[in-house]
Amino acid sequence: MLDSVTFYIFATLAVVSGILVVTRRNVVHSAIFLATALLATAGIFLTLHAEFLFIVQIIVYTGGITVLYVFVIMLVNLDVALHQVQFNRQWLVALLLTVVLGAQVVAALALSRGTLYNMPPAPVTQLEPNTEQVAWGLFHTYMLPFEVVSVLLLVAMIGAVVMSKKRV
Amino acid sequence: MDVNAIFEALRPYLFPLLFAVVIVAVLPLVAGYIVLVERKVMADMQVRLGPMRVGPHGLLQPIADALKLLIKEDIIPESADKFIFWGAPLISVTCAMLALSALPIGPFFQIADLNVGLLFILGVSALGIFGIVLGGWASNSHYSLLGALRSAAQLVSYETSAGMAVVGALLLAGTLSTRGIVQTQSDVGAWFIFVAPIGFFIYLVASIAETNRAPFDMPEAESELVAGYMTEYSGFRWALYFLAEYTNMVVVASIATTLFLGGWTRPFANTSWLNILDYFPTLMMLGIAGYCFYRAPKQPVQVQKMFMAAVGLLCALVALILLVPLVAPADSLLASAKPGIHGAFWFLFKVASYIYVFMWLRFTFPRYRFDQLMKLGWQFLLPLSIVNVAGIAVALTLSRTLGWPRILCFLLTTILTLAAAAWLVRVSEKQPTGIAAEGEFGDA
Repeated sequence: MLDSVTFYIFATLAVVSGILVVTRRNVVHSAIFLATALLATAGIFLTLHAEFLFIVQIIVYTGGITVLYVFVIMLVNLDVALHQVQFNRQWLVALLLTVVLGAQVVAALALSRGTLYNMPPAPVTQLEPNTEQVAWGLFHTYMLPFEVVSVLLLVAMIGAVVMSKKRV
Repeated sequence: MDVNAIFEALRPYLFPLLFAVVIVAVLPLVAGYIVLVERKVMADMQVRLGPMRVGPHGLLQPIADALKLLIKEDIIPESADKFIFWGAPLISVTCAMLALSALPIGPFFQIADLNVGLLFILGVSALGIFGIVLGGWASNSHYSLLGALRSAAQLVSYETSAGMAVVGALLLAGTLSTRGIVQTQSDVGAWFIFVAPIGFFIYLVASIAETNRAPFDMPEAESELVAGYMTEYSGFRWALYFLAEYTNMVVVASIATTLFLGGWTRPFANTSWLNILDYFPTLMMLGIAGYCFYRAPKQPVQVQKMFMAAVGLLCALVALILLVPLVAPADSLLASAKPGIHGAFWFLFKVASYIYVFMWLRFTFPRYRFDQLMKLGWQFLLPLSIVNVAGIAVALTLSRTLGWPRILCFLLTTILTLAAAAWLVRVSEKQPTGIAAEGEFGDA
């Protein structure tokens, strides 16, 4: 009971703030609602007993990325930005893509004949201790893909440093 | 559902809720008295008396200050973004207080022992940046905006070093649960400050920078930026920012205590012939009580004499509470309360000592320039903390898989890390310094 109540609270918060992110004219307000949307997602992770994902979501997305967004936004002259056109006239394409995506989700749910959403929840004890399980997965079961992704991120990081440096 | 069933369902939430209420209620008072202690320490270092007027020895000063701030006019600038201006201090305070919920103040006094405890504290206190940045932006003033920008840059920079220092201690503990970390230290028989002294040093420096305190108080360098991001704030909202700042001090001090200083355990907890140290808390409180009684007759006004005596009585009462579990029969209920009461005392004592070091540094060192600050963070502390983590990992591997003696391993890695630090200092000395070199943000 309590689980579904908290889930619906977090889900509503996420959806509403997601809508507000794209409809606010003021960029700083958008960034704040982005932060609340990400926090609500973290809350959903918590209701699923994924404690590690919950806190990593907060540290990386809310505490890291959104702070950087806000940091950059503050350097922008907002009065000028407010008078610029912020929306592309591509709503037809967007609508088409949304319809296709929605149809896919509905089709997946319909074709699975209830097996997708009638799955029994995993026993909570199987997810404990959460951090250790994630670590085991990343550094043992999926060691190679994890390291490959790390190298990819490192390459991107070095690339960004090289591109932003005035003289190499 | 009858009343009993509801009570049974709420039982697991009862004690955490009680602790949370206690913390939220007591913390503003604690923050106020930290301000008083800071002013007293500052006065002492500058050979002055400090606040002496309100109450004996200025003991009521925090309450007078709080009352003044509460009834002060709350000004919102005309061109400010009202909604954000109103909400930003709340974000700061909420995040700072949330971080306290995972800290173990004694073995029994903890709101929640999370599996991801330490990460939770770090993540939630990192969210406090939002309060500062948004408050600075919403004020719509140049001083505030510049202060907020500096603050955000500084916090993001030093969080990396602090995080890496924490990782080093976590490798030693092997768990993220705050209770587990303290338990490991008492099982091993050595606080992690002695196993990884350089990690502790990095955390000390980074935590001063993270709490925006001198010598790293660039965000509110008053000679340049008036009061930084709080310039436009007044009255109660300003007090909220102040509360958040001092709560953050308590939080970083508690993290350091839990990670490096053995949490709630007594010094030499496993050495039985030093059990006499159990009487130290009682003696300390009795000493303070004695001083209060000695000073009481010398107060100028009758009311102040009585107040001083009351403070002395309070200290004597605390001493009694600390003494009772020691002298009670070994298997009685009172004796079983000893870990809780004495644990809380030692935890708070260590936190207070850490905060005292903060103040000591504040009144000893001159302020850094902003580019020096960035350089110190990115070119010295961060590489050093990475070397430190690598060193600890190597030492652990050597002692666990090859069976080398632990002391030798950690001595070796500490010496190697120190050598790395010396090399880093030499390299940075050779580089051109000064504002002329690269503009405000250095070569970042």
